[in-house]
Amino acid sequence: MKKRKPSYIRKEYAWAYLFVAAPVLGFLIFGVAPLIYSVWLSFTSWDLVTPPKYIGLENYVEVFHDEKFYKSLYNTVFMMLGIPIGMIVALLLAIMMNRPIKGISFLRTIYYLPVISPIIAVSLLWQWILNQDYGLLNQTMWSWFGIQGPNWLGNASWIKPSMILIGVWGGVGGTMVLYLAGLQSISTTYYEAAEVDGASAFQKLRLITIPLLTNIHFFVIVMGVIGAFQSFSQIYVLAGDGGPQYSAATVVFYIFENAFKYFNMGYASAIAWVLGLIIFIVTLLQFRLSKKWVYND
Amino acid sequence: MQQKRLTNLWVALILCVGSILMLAPFVWTISTSLKDQRNVFEIPPKWIPDPATFKNYITAWNDSPLLSGFMNSMIIVVFVLVIGLFVSTMAAYAFAKIEFPFKDAIFLSLLGTMMIPFSVVMIPQFIGFSHINWTDTLLPLIVPGLFGNIVVIFFLRQYLAGGLPNELVEAAKLDGSSFFRTFWTIALPVAKPAVAAQAALTFMHIWNDFMGPLIYLSSPQKQTIQVLIASMQSQYMGSSNYPVILAASIISMIPVILVFFFCQRYFIESMAISGLKG
Repeated sequence: MKKRKPSYIRKEYAWAYLFVAAPVLGFLIFGVAPLIYSVWLSFTSWDLVTPPKYIGLENYVEVFHDEKFYKSLYNTVFMMLGIPIGMIVALLLAIMMNRPIKGISFLRTIYYLPVISPIIAVSLLWQWILNQDYGLLNQTMWSWFGIQGPNWLGNASWIKPSMILIGVWGGVGGTMVLYLAGLQSISTTYYEAAEVDGASAFQKLRLITIPLLTNIHFFVIVMGVIGAFQSFSQIYVLAGDGGPQYSAATVVFYIFENAFKYFNMGYASAIAWVLGLIIFIVTLLQFRLSKKWVYND
Repeated sequence: MQQKRLTNLWVALILCVGSILMLAPFVWTISTSLKDQRNVFEIPPKWIPDPATFKNYITAWNDSPLLSGFMNSMIIVVFVLVIGLFVSTMAAYAFAKIEFPFKDAIFLSLLGTMMIPFSVVMIPQFIGFSHINWTDTLLPLIVPGLFGNIVVIFFLRQYLAGGLPNELVEAAKLDGSSFFRTFWTIALPVAKPAVAAQAALTFMHIWNDFMGPLIYLSSPQKQTIQVLIASMQSQYMGSSNYPVILAASIISMIPVILVFFFCQRYFIESMAISGLKG
């Protein structure tokens, strides 16, 4: 027979389990249970009114033939262009901020302000700025350079770039802070050695700074991709119907429309699972690939 | 040295221009919100409203239940912040400092929930909550938060693992301190700065949350501030009444910006730390 643990240890176990009980319960109720339920839902046709009908894999077959799904997936991936753009801008900003300049913390605060601002307010603010006739952007472009700006949010080919612009403006401060923390952890001896060897500023950037920040590049890309796959609110406000020719709709927007506008609960669940699987595979792939390029010290 | 100073000057200049670009949308919004609707479509655009008027703020406040929107958002924040954060801290302490069977397995499966996209669980959660008639109440937005949050647990666990010496916990035990008392008098004070940082972030997340409240809340009196503002869009954009909608937007931003300015250090540090360790 196995020896029983002394009572004071068993008592400590009991306390520890009590301390983690709530998150575990939450995990079961709001994580595992909906997950299982969602799998079942994705095999049904259900409008919430009549009883759900089991239809096997039909929803999934439909997803793979659904042009709107592909369109929204394409839009979502297209808007990920904002990730590398944001990274470049954020890295340059962080390098500039990593200098002993007076008032730098104040500047950092300004760049960070859009990150904490509610996305609804921010979207409305940009809706006004990007207004074709009276918006600040087109007005300024006209009076400064004589350029007639496009209909940013009303034109199928401009709405995605507009979303990227808003996304970069809203997110660059957060990425910058990450890079700043990374820069401060790089030992100055690397730069000193490079200076002795007569390296130019660009060489130092390319051969020291960028390679030594790979763990941050990786984090920003992984989180950025996961976030972009799930973007919704900005689209909901700025392109309530998905934009001209559905050119701004993201996958989550399409799921939302199916679930809460058309009440296709089964079909919406199936798309959600396809999206979940895509996110999972892409993230897994990134971790696999990271072994080839991310340095961890 | 001379050259270095010159470079610094250039860098400062570029950063200042950049910060003006970052701020311009906010300044323009404030400017528009203070204009009379007739002057909004002036060409070329004027940065300083003339005449300036607060009328739009009053209209926005009176026409929409913004006050109840504030209250609803605050109710969710208070419950989730006080109870959820406490629960998370308790779990983080157990995961960081106590050995118990299946600890790693439990922790890893909790971490696994971070992988689940909200869009997958949102539909079954919605159906579940409508079954017990919780739609159009704040409960679906409060109750799940009371069980703690794995991101917060993860962050606090890291913090306690490094910041709370095992000797301190052992010594308290030897002195006959009960499990809960050790947590309360030893671990909690150590974790305080990290908890404060997470409180600031949690506040921001809840205040700015949109998709959850949008799904559950349909009547204006029950809606959170973000959903209210978004629904004002259709009401005012149709008539191109930008000043009122932008005034409402600014009102909705004030609390989170205030919190940000007071807890700035916490915000930026914890973002950086959770970024590096994640």
